[in-house]
Amino acid sequence: MSGARKHRSVGGTGNLAVLKPFSLHNAAPSAWRLQPGHGYMLFAALVLFVLVGEVQAAPARPSIIATMWKWTPFLLQGFAFNILISFVSIIIGTMAGAALGLGQISVSRPIRAVSWTVTQFFRNAPWLVLLFYCIFLIPFEFELFGVTIPFPAWIKAVIGLSLPVMANFSEIVRGAVQSIPDGQWEAAESLAYTRRQTLWLIVLPQCIKRMLPPWMNLYAVLTMATPLVSIVGVGEGMTTTGEILAAENRSDLLIPFYMYLLCLFFIYCYPIARWTISLERKFAVKI
Amino acid sequence: MAESDWTPDQPMVSAKDVHKSFGALEVLKGISLDVMKGECICIIGPSGSGKSTFIRCINALNPINSGSILVEGQEVNDPQLDKLELRKKVGMVFQQYNLFPHKTALQNIMMAPIKVLKEDRDEVEQRARHLVKKVRLDGKEDSYPGELSGGQQQRVAIARSLAMRPDVMLFDEVTAALDPETVKEVLLTIRELAEEGMTCILVTHEMGFAREVANHVYFTDRGVIVEHGPPKTFFTEAEDPRTREFLSQIL
Ligand SMILES: Nc1ncnc2c1ncn2[C@@H]1O[C@H](COP(=O)(O)OP(=O)(O)OP(=O)(O)O)[C@@H](O)[C@H]1O
Ligand SMILES: [Mg+2]
Repeated sequence: MSGARKHRSVGGTGNLAVLKPFSLHNAAPSAWRLQPGHGYMLFAALVLFVLVGEVQAAPARPSIIATMWKWTPFLLQGFAFNILISFVSIIIGTMAGAALGLGQISVSRPIRAVSWTVTQFFRNAPWLVLLFYCIFLIPFEFELFGVTIPFPAWIKAVIGLSLPVMANFSEIVRGAVQSIPDGQWEAAESLAYTRRQTLWLIVLPQCIKRMLPPWMNLYAVLTMATPLVSIVGVGEGMTTTGEILAAENRSDLLIPFYMYLLCLFFIYCYPIARWTISLERKFAVKI
Repeated sequence: MAESDWTPDQPMVSAKDVHKSFGALEVLKGISLDVMKGECICIIGPSGSGKSTFIRCINALNPINSGSILVEGQEVNDPQLDKLELRKKVGMVFQQYNLFPHKTALQNIMMAPIKVLKEDRDEVEQRARHLVKKVRLDGKEDSYPGELSGGQQQRVAIARSLAMRPDVMLFDEVTAALDPETVKEVLLTIRELAEEGMTCILVTHEMGFAREVANHVYFTDRGVIVEHGPPKTFFTEAEDPRTREFLSQIL
């Protein structure tokens, strides 16, 4: 076979898979994923803690349920910020990751080597550490052509979260391209398609389907990682909950409120996880 | 690339002393053969004898180590070779069909002329529909490969290759993955092609087909051509014991 394919992978075996579930070959629903059982347990725990709290509460205080109800709009506002951060991060991370993933299958050896190294580095670095680096290393404003561009903390946090997303998506792209049988490349080659045409007209369109489930999986993991940005005091769900607890100053609210936030995440992420699994099943039959 | 002064009375494909190794493994040890325009030749031989390797060298899917392959006078073993120009002249059909699964049959056929040859879409579509009829797949234009049988997919693959209007067609065991019923359909299509004067090089285990259609049959073993001849004499008067053994096993 001509050179077009042989150098598509640099270090295929060098995956120090910390975040294993993103691997394409791990297509079977794996144990770590959200199951209905997790939801039941979560809600049961929430109800239990609230009830126990209610029973023990001093009669003079407002009930836990009433307090939770009172703060719900504020908490939802914070949670909405988590979702906003997840949206922006997945968009940036996907675009950068697509470029990096294509770099990993480039015909140019240096581009391949650099892309592979960047991918492995950001894929295997702890998300929290990356977040810290971005927050403390990126200046709070930029001077560009005499215009000062402010860089608020939440944008830095978004960049910090986009980096691991980028690296993981880069692997998704590489894995999907490599999962396309050699015969497709050979057939295209023998029809006089250029390598670029083969990639864009034949290989990548077939990859979209294969990339969708792991990409959604990545999004769910990203969403669950967004509370990490509370370390810089961005007003997301974690921070909001902290503020509510500080305002109420009641220790019996601590567990119910964090449990409440946890349930919000579950309600948001669970349908995504189920949908991912159903897509995987559907595509597994077709491909 | 040097303009070749090839004329149709010279061999369309001319291989001379072709050597090819994969690492330390020498797979082709000096293959020479000539194919004239309009001829149909069959290459037979045991598994691993290098038939696929050779046929893939003709359209530069495999580079060769030494020797020469001329396609219409153009040297394939030339570092300056314009592979795309070569492949526009040489069509290839594979054992595993290799249709593009995300495109319909018609799109599979139309895509290369439009994208590679930059031809007019309407014109290409007309030609593609004509080819669909030719390979007897009327009504399957809008089916996806996954919805077609193996034999039907293989005929789409043949039509896809023909849409590029090649001068030579290479077939690498194109019926090996098919059940006996559908083998016939595919062989019929190839036979018609050969009878229309398409230059064909086939690797095949279909001895009946080779006997009836081929102008010349080559028997390869361990990277060399052991014996060759027109089918009439080849199948009845083979001299080399290896050929005889192979023929006795397969016939
Ligand atoms: N890409 C490759 N890299 C290394 N070795 C190869 C490669 N392709 C083929 N070979 C080896 O070359 C030899 C000839 O293979 P080839 O596919 O040409 O045989 P064949 O005559 O077509 O056999 P079959 O009838 O089974 O298709 C085999 O030993 C095979 O293992
Ligand atoms: Mg073969």
